Amino acid sequence: MFMFEKAVVGSRRYWIWLAALGAVILVGALSYLRQLEVGLGVTGLSRDVTWGLYIAQFTFLVGVAASAVMVVLPYYLHDYKAFGKITILGEFLAISAVIMCMLFIFVDMGQPMRVLNVLLYPTPNSMMFWDMVSLGGYLALNAAITLVTLSAERQGVAPPAWIRPVILLSIPWAISIHTVTAFLYNGLPGRPFWLTAILAPRFLASAFACGPALLILLTAAMRRLADYDPGTAAVQKLGLIVTYAMLVNVFFILLELFTVFYSQLPEHMAPFLFLFVGLDGHAPLVPWMWASVLLAAASLILLIPPRFRQDGRLLIVACVMVFLSLWIDKGLGLIVGGFVPSPLGAVTRYAPTLPEMAITLGIWAVGLLMVTVFYKIALSVQGDHEAAA
Amino acid sequence: MSCTRRVFLGAAGLSALALAGKTALNGLARAAETPRPGTPGVRWGMVIDTAACLKDQGCTDCIAACHAVHNVPAFPDRAHEIKWIWKEPFDRAFPEQASPYMTRGMVERPVLVLCNHCDNPPCVRVCPTQATWKRADGIVMMDWHRCIGCRYCVAACPYGSRSFNWLDPRPRIAQIRPDFPTRSRGVVEKCTFCEERLSQGLLPACVEACREKALVFGNLNDPAAPVRELLRTRYTIRRKPELGTHPEVHYLV
Repeated sequence: MFMFEKAVVGSRRYWIWLAALGAVILVGALSYLRQLEVGLGVTGLSRDVTWGLYIAQFTFLVGVAASAVMVVLPYYLHDYKAFGKITILGEFLAISAVIMCMLFIFVDMGQPMRVLNVLLYPTPNSMMFWDMVSLGGYLALNAAITLVTLSAERQGVAPPAWIRPVILLSIPWAISIHTVTAFLYNGLPGRPFWLTAILAPRFLASAFACGPALLILLTAAMRRLADYDPGTAAVQKLGLIVTYAMLVNVFFILLELFTVFYSQLPEHMAPFLFLFVGLDGHAPLVPWMWASVLLAAASLILLIPPRFRQDGRLLIVACVMVFLSLWIDKGLGLIVGGFVPSPLGAVTRYAPTLPEMAITLGIWAVGLLMVTVFYKIALSVQGDHEAAA
Repeated sequence: MSCTRRVFLGAAGLSALALAGKTALNGLARAAETPRPGTPGVRWGMVIDTAACLKDQGCTDCIAACHAVHNVPAFPDRAHEIKWIWKEPFDRAFPEQASPYMTRGMVERPVLVLCNHCDNPPCVRVCPTQATWKRADGIVMMDWHRCIGCRYCVAACPYGSRSFNWLDPRPRIAQIRPDFPTRSRGVVEKCTFCEERLSQGLLPACVEACREKALVFGNLNDPAAPVRELLRTRYTIRRKPELGTHPEVHYLV
């Protein structure tokens, strides 16, 4: 069954890692049981800030999922051979990220047992309905693609011809999941922070920077732990993709800042002021947001000159910076900024509570567990294949 | 003649496309139009006389009446508050109307706010399960048994009129009225213009409770209704009309 036999043989270190993830997942699950019992009141969310850490992680991870297209497109559409080994890793990362997205949506629901109402009463005018459709479809596409291509590789044969159109369909589909996710936010008349057409392009640019950055970090970890070599050409090309995408992302943010601050529209300026300098004496996210800015600037200094980027170690440092910067931007600021000030002008503090953080970490651990198991399978199959060849 | 047939088919195809495009455009244009009063049937709406309401600034009769008949819980902390009708300072309810030359008293004058039962409600547009919808008579309703608690409607409402049950509301209800449902934790609720009272021929509880008759309720489609009389003869404003939601709670200032 999906080559899971490859995942149940491993070194002592492999099992200790899985057990540690299991422990984090257990704490998260217990915290979730408490939330289920008491209600979402156990979180730091409130009347004014109704979405927080969960929905922000969801948004961030839709980007990670969509970024698989940055390896799929060069490999399958342009036949870029250097991505031969890592394409499957990108697709497995996408699968794990989509499942994490679904878990984050689920834990954010007030009545999770009614989740199927979204399918029972399909509502085409709701962007949430389309988000469910696009995420579900993307998961199905990537599950089919990884299963078929990896099975073929294990048997040492070429994948069947019918999978190619499915792979090609997954390319625009990846764009669609993050576009629809942006539409969740930027169609609301009373939320000026999100009411901008640049939101979807910004989402895509930041996704295409941070997803490949994460992939570089994961392959670096595997090089060290599993003696795996994705190939220098592949890593360098990914580094170039991160560089361009990060530059485009910063450019898009500057476009937004110009429109907001040159027009001087108070409702559009207020959330930015709250995030970067504080509003009405409340400045909880100011250090975070400036850390994000500094990390972004520093990462570009390391990424743009080829001399730095081509140094494997500096590239890793730059990727850590890109990932952290964009996580702060999307995984903290983007959602909270949309709710402060409230439609009635209230500036409300939001800080995640311990149970909320435990649930969030638990879902991240589920994601890492999936990545570990999937990558173990992929590497085992690739290793067997190389040994046979 | 085959060429002629090709030309004909091409023209027919293009016409069909143009027709489809026109239909789609018409549909879009219709969606942007607002249903206006004057059409037959009932369209409930409210006019709030802010001057009359201000006669006793400490009065909370309408709020108390509404929250009592609807089993609205009282949470002490602001974060978990549930409210269907409440008072906001003038510059919070009408941020675009306040000016620096107003006296502090004017800027902070309490104004009653509630669900505006918009003609074009963003909350209804975003709900993924149709748990909130607009009735033919204009009331924006909630189905507390279908709501999945995603809070998308809370994010979409430009007036902060929606409350979410962060915790179990039942222990926080002073006295549970058996003739109205209580809610469970994890669902959204808000003012329903007392549709349960309207169906019995009664006025909304807040309107009935007001001693100053500051709340005027009625059928906006009836030109002879007192609400229409006020809207015709007096200067009224609405909250954030620039957002295109077409609120049907109007304010006499």
